[in-house]
Order: sequence, then structure tokens, then C-alpha cells
Amino acid sequence: MSQILKIENIEKYYGNRSNLTKAIDGISFDVEEGEFVAIMGASGSGKTTLLNCISTIDRVTSGHIFVAGEDITKLKGNKLNKYRSHELGFIFQDFNLLDTLTAYENIALALSIQNTKVGDIGKRVNEVARKLDIQDVLQKYPYEMSGGQRQRVASARAIITNPKLVLADEPTGALDSKSAKMLLESFNHLNKEFKTTILMVTHDAFTASYASRVIFIKDGKIFNEIRKGNQKRKEFFDKIIDVVTLLGGDLNDAL
Amino acid sequence: MMLCKLSLKNIKKSFKDYTIYFFTLILGVAIFYVFNAIDSQTVLLETKQSTYDIIKMMTQTLSAVSIFVSFILGFLIIYASRFLIKRRNKEFAIYMTLGMGKRKISTILFIETIVIGLLSLGVGLGIGVILSQLMSLLVANMFEADMTNFAFTFSKAALIKTIIYFGIMYLLVMVFNTIQVSRCKLIDLINSSKKSEKVKMKNPIICALIFIVASIILGYCYYIVSVPDGASTLTLKKMTVIIGLGALSTFLIFWSLSGLILKIVQSIHKVYYKGLNSFILRQISSKVNTTVFSMTIICLMLFVTICVLSSSLSIKNSMTANLKELAPADIELMKKRNIPKELQADYGYTDGQIESSYQTIKESLKELRIDEDKYLKDQATIHVYTDETVTYVTTQGDNIDSMKKRYPYLDYTSPEIIVKLSEYNKIAKMFGNDTFTLEEDQYMIIGDYESMTTLRDEALALNTPVTIYGKTLTPKYKKVKKGFIEMSSNHITDGVIVVPDSVVTVSDDSPQMEYEYMVANYKANDDKTREEIEAVFTDTTYEEAHPDVTLEGTSKIAIYDASVGLGAMITFIGLYLGIIFLISSAAILALKELSESVDNYTRYNMLRKIGATDKQLNRALFKQIAIFFLFPLVLAVIHSIFGIQFCIFLLETFGKEQMLASVFMTMIFLIIIYGGYFLITYYCSKSIIKEKRV
Repeated sequence: MSQILKIENIEKYYGNRSNLTKAIDGISFDVEEGEFVAIMGASGSGKTTLLNCISTIDRVTSGHIFVAGEDITKLKGNKLNKYRSHELGFIFQDFNLLDTLTAYENIALALSIQNTKVGDIGKRVNEVARKLDIQDVLQKYPYEMSGGQRQRVASARAIITNPKLVLADEPTGALDSKSAKMLLESFNHLNKEFKTTILMVTHDAFTASYASRVIFIKDGKIFNEIRKGNQKRKEFFDKIIDVVTLLGGDLNDAL
Repeated sequence: MMLCKLSLKNIKKSFKDYTIYFFTLILGVAIFYVFNAIDSQTVLLETKQSTYDIIKMMTQTLSAVSIFVSFILGFLIIYASRFLIKRRNKEFAIYMTLGMGKRKISTILFIETIVIGLLSLGVGLGIGVILSQLMSLLVANMFEADMTNFAFTFSKAALIKTIIYFGIMYLLVMVFNTIQVSRCKLIDLINSSKKSEKVKMKNPIICALIFIVASIILGYCYYIVSVPDGASTLTLKKMTVIIGLGALSTFLIFWSLSGLILKIVQSIHKVYYKGLNSFILRQISSKVNTTVFSMTIICLMLFVTICVLSSSLSIKNSMTANLKELAPADIELMKKRNIPKELQADYGYTDGQIESSYQTIKESLKELRIDEDKYLKDQATIHVYTDETVTYVTTQGDNIDSMKKRYPYLDYTSPEIIVKLSEYNKIAKMFGNDTFTLEEDQYMIIGDYESMTTLRDEALALNTPVTIYGKTLTPKYKKVKKGFIEMSSNHITDGVIVVPDSVVTVSDDSPQMEYEYMVANYKANDDKTREEIEAVFTDTTYEEAHPDVTLEGTSKIAIYDASVGLGAMITFIGLYLGIIFLISSAAILALKELSESVDNYTRYNMLRKIGATDKQLNRALFKQIAIFFLFPLVLAVIHSIFGIQFCIFLLETFGKEQMLASVFMTMIFLIIIYGGYFLITYYCSKSIIKEKRV
């Protein structure tokens, strides 16, 4: 399997010399193609900063990030936008759907930004909607849908461009437990059936237990890393809880 | 002290949001000052008494208009400040959760309003003073005074007036702010940013139907006002109905278009799913959806602006152009002649007046002790006769029934004016008009008031015979020939029948000879002597000494002064109102657009996250705002195309030759002010949606 994401000793500092905050303090790890990786950590541990750096919303202070062999910390201007629209798919905690567009249009927008041929758009939208089981809501507006449906529409928008890497920032954060479970099942489905590579940030142990690997971050550093291997999800969940306990009180809200 | 600091910091921080507000306030203050300072500039001009009177009237009218303008500006400012307060709900929520009372929040707003008010007054007045120097050039040009004694003018009265008027407006703003803050509930403030908008889709079939109906109504209105026949039959009541219908159909068109355009473009997949088009279209349609009413108001305001500006600018030019043609001689004296004794009681003539009416003009001048030979040359006299049997009914002949049906309000019973050919030719020669010849059984009609003369053309084309003083005549020409017998600043001659001399068999003391005109030039070679002679004829002491002598007159100089003053007055009022209307409508649009910039920020940021390039985003924003600004403008321009035609019809007596130039001028105003607001809105929005990098 080829390497999709390679992070090499990145650092991100905020503030000035007299008052320096190290949000990320030397993190390195790799993500293989077809992996489903969760990054866990408490508030302020640096996990969102890490995701922002990978998605080029934020810039690293030092170090390199390679996506499919290309150093994205060196990208500028239009190349940066091209990288975002072609290589990455985004899923956010608060869905970030455009409330003026229907589900169908929201999903299609990701393609039309890339100037995809109009003839192809319809076919691809329907295809991805089938994958995520949202054919029924395609003509609805975000405010007419449930949270779970919205997040699946957002997921559809994220994967329709066939990105190399899907970044999910607290995707279950705004969902009730039933919808969260359904969403995570579809993540699993996408990951298993279509080999979608997913990198997900969460502080929820249940959510993380759906991943194939969990990386724990504390104070801008990697604290631990565990793999699911052949374990059942329940066993993996227990293991995650063990690490969370080890991490200390900071992550208690994960339970 | 803390509150003061907080207010100042707020202003500094949200300067970007306040740009439009500031811009509007400053413009408002500057324009208010400029137009109220006009009288101080006219003082500098060396003008005659007659012009001076008109200037006085003009400044009085302008200050009356100022009250109206201050109402418009007041509403605009309150509207704008309400928008800004709404934008800051979150900020107020933070204050309130921290335990700050509503009174303190009001105090913060109070201080802010004072600071903004003072700043805008200061800057606005500064700009106003500079602009008013330019204005003085325009004033001098209008009154055709030479600006050799150009001086820096500053009007203290206008300054104080501006400060008082705007002070009152700001006070009102404070009151409204306090009311708004006191009505706030914390829970609403906190939730205000979370409200997700519901998209209401309109039924496209109903939209299409309403659109068609509205277009038909509008087309009917256009037809009525732009077809000359239709326009001249308009009564006030009918006019009100037309205006009402126009406004209603404008509203319906906006209402239906907001749904219709979306549906149409949506069905064209190639366009809709290209780039950010679907997003832009949805943005616009959702905005137009919620702003149909203000869109209508703005559209109508723009329409009024365009019409007012272009017609008021053209009046002045046309008037000046007309004068050379319409007031070619130095003086024209007019005398009511041969008043019958029987009418004395009806009209309240004195015995002396009746006696005097049997004098000729020359005899009257002698009685007034004005030496005709000393002052006048090139005299030409013309008598106006009437025949009770000759009225509009007679001259229209067989055409009268259709005429009465179409123009029920015309007076058909008043007798027509008849002149002798030889006398007419004499004064036509003086005026530089064509002279004519007639056979013994022919007549002709002259006139220059086009909407009336075209009606006469119909009857002439039918070869309508007319019996005058017992002799039947047929028209020589199929059309009314251009000419007039009375000098005036406008085209007002609706028709004078010219007949061969032999037809008029009326004695010199018959009541059928109603008026006598005498046209003459002054015996003068330079302006100074001309003015001196003018003074002799306008001297009122003669009239006081001889109240019975009914001699009236118009002179070239008087007509000229009056029309220059009138033209200037109309131009200034038109400019004033036009600019204020333009500012108001553009400001409302800009505020509407900017008020949603927070929503826009999240939306555009979302697009950026899913990979839209900055170029794509800026282009989308540009398109969105441009279409939003163009939407009401396009309809207003279409309205104006027909509205201006109606204005041309109304102002026909002033001449319409100059319309094109003034439409061009209006365009320039429109581009500068409306375009300026558009650009500011675009740049403000652009900076709001800009990526905030840490």
C-alpha cells in the first residue's frame, strides 16, 4: 500500500518570543492508502491545529507535510486551492452546508468548482448519494433535514471529487448518538468498500473506536498510538478508554 | 470613562462595517450644505432686480425642499443605524451576559452616535465647503453672470442650518437606538446568529402567470404615457391610477422574477452547474426574495431620479435655446381693445379703462408721455380679431366628433383668434419667421405648440372650410405653419388663423377687434442704452399716474431674465432631489447587501474550504453584488425610457432639443454615485469574506 500522507516533524508556534505557545511540537506520522485514522486529544491539545495544517487552512512553522508525495507546505495561491479542491475532502462538525442550496446542489458544487463537465455531474451525484443512502433527501434544503442526513450530505460532498484524503473535524460533534452511529457506519462502509482514506479528529472515544488506528495527542506531541488490528470494535473501544485514562483527567469528557 | 473607551474602540474596530454609513452621512451633510449655501453665492453675482427676485424665490424654494430632503435623510439614517445595531447583536449579548444593563448599552450607543455624528458633520461640512466653490461656478453659469469677481464663499447660515438639521436627525437616531436596545431579549441576541434561513420556493407557474400579468399591466402603462394621443388625454385621476398600476406591476415583477429566473436558469444545466453559478443564483434569489418591497421602492426612486434629473437639466438648456427664437424683438406691447360698455359690470372695468381701450397703442404711449420716436424703431402692429361664430368647433369641421371623444376636457367654445395676412407678414418679418401669401378664398393657421397644432393638422388635412365674417375660406396648407404673434419664453401659440385682409370687414372700434400688439426694437446700439430704454418701459410710475391706461408688454430682457431664473431654479431643485434620491436608494441597497456579510463570510469561507479559488470567490461576489445592484436599475431604466417620453410631452412648450445631452448628464451622475456605492459595497464585502489567517 502506498503512503498517502507523510508528516515530518512539524511544529506550529503562536504568539511572539516573550509569550510562545507551541500548539504542535514536533509531530510525525504516516497514513497509508485506505486507512481510517482517528486523532484524539483534549481541547487545546493541538489536534484541530494539526488538521488545519494538513488542510492548508493554516501554515506550519517548520517541518513538512507530504500528500501523495507532494510537499503541501510549499504550495501557494492557485496551486493551494487546486490541492484543496482535488486532493482533499472536508467534513466539519457543523456540516458547513450552504443553506441556500439543496442537498443535490451542495454536492454538485464541489464538482462545479473543479469545472467538471456538466454532463457528468448528475451521474456522479446520484452515485455518491446511493453510497451514503441519501437519495431521498437530494431535493431538500439543509433546514429540512435531520443532523445525520446533513452530515451525510456533507460527507457526500467531501468524497464526490474522489479525494486522496478525507479530513473530518469532529464529524459527530453535533449529532445525537443514533445519527452519530449511522454516520460512522457509513464512514466504515466508504473505507472498506471504496478504500477511502479518512483522517478524523475527535475527542469522543466511541467515535474513535470506528477507526482502524487512533493517534493520541497531548500538548502538541504524540502521546500514544494504538491499532485496531483484528479486534472487535468493543474491545478496541475499551483499549481506547484505557489510554484516555492514562492521559489523565484532561480527556475525561471523552466518556 | 470605561464606556467611552469601549465606544471609541467599537467604532475603530467596526470602521469597515461603518464605511457605507459614514459615506452616506458625509455625502448627505455635504449636499445639504451645498444647496443651502447657494444664496450666499448668488449675493456675489451682479444681477438685475428681476433676477434678484427670482433668486430669492429660488432660495426659498430650496429651503422648503431641504425640509423634505431632511425627512428622507432622516429616515435613511435611522434605517442605516438600525441595520448596524442588528449586526452587533452578539456584541450586546456579551455585554449583557457580563451583567451590563441596558442603560449602559444605550449609553455606549449614545456616545458612538455622538462621535460618528461629529466626525461626519466635520468631514461632510469640509467637503461641502469645497464642493460649494464648484457650485458657485455653476450658479454663475446658470444666471449667466460673469465670474470675474470669484471669491471663496462660506455660508454661516447654511453651516448652522446643516448642524441643526443633522443634530435633530442624530438625536432621533439615539432615541430609536435606545428603544431598540430596551426591546432586546438576551436569548434572541444570542441566538440571532444561529438562525438558518428558510428557503421559500415559489410556485413557478404562479410566478410565470404573475410575471405575464405584470408585464401586460406595465406595457399598458407604457403605452398610455408614451403615445402622444394617450398622454394628452390623461387627467390627474387617470395619472394617479397609472402611477399606482406602474408601482404595483413593478412590485409584482420583482416578486415573480426572483422565483422565475432561478427556475429558468436551473433548467439550463450547462449554465447552472458551471463554477459557482448555482451558488450565486441562489444567493441573489434568496436576497431578492426577502427584499421585494425595498427593491420596488429603490427601483421607483431610481426611476424618479432619472426622469427628474434628465428633464430638469434639459429645461434650462432648452429654455436658453428657445429664447433666441421666441423673443426676437426687443419689446412687444399689448393692449386690450374696444371693450363694450355691456361688459363693464361683468369684468369690473372702470370707465377710464373702457375709454382707454378705444385708443391705439401709439395714442396710449403719448398719453403716458413716452416718446415713441425717441426710444423705438422698426415698429410693426397687428390686430387680433374674433368672430363669435368661429370657434374650435368650426375649425375642426367634420373632425369635431372624434376630437370631442378623444379630448373631452378641451374648451371648444372659445372663439378663435383671427389676424390679417398683411399685418401678420409684417411682424413675422420682424420675428424672422416665414411670410406667406393667400388667395382671396384661402386661410391658413400658424402656431408652435406642437401637441395642439397636430390636432389642427387633422382638420386641415380634411380641407375643412371655415366661414369668417360671412366669407367661406378653404385652407391653403394641409398643416399648421410655424409662427407666433406673442413673444414668450415657451412655445405656447396653439393656433392663429391668418386670413386675407379683405375678409376682415370689421371697423376699428368694433368689439370684434379684441387686441392690438405692437412689436418694436429699441433705438440702441449697446447694452447700456438698451437697459436704459428698458427701464423707461418698466417704470411703474407711469402706470400709477395713469391707472386707466391698459397697456401691457413683454420685453426680450424680461423674458430672458425670467426664464434664466426659472431654468436655474428647476435645475437646482432637480439636482438636489435627484442626488438625494440616488444616494438614498444606493445606500439602502448597499446596506442590505452588507447586512448579510456575516452570513456571506461563513458561506464564502465554506466554499474556500471545499476548494474554490480566491479568484472564483471574488468573481462570484462581484457578480452577486453587481446583479443585485443592476436588478432595480435595469427596470428603472426601462421605466425611464417611457417616463422621459412623457416628460418630453409635458415639457414640450420648453422645447425638447436638449434632452439627449441631459440624459447623458444623468447617466454620469448615475454612474458616479450609484457606481460609487456599488464599488464600496464590493470592496467592503470582499474584505469581509477575506480569509482570516492567524
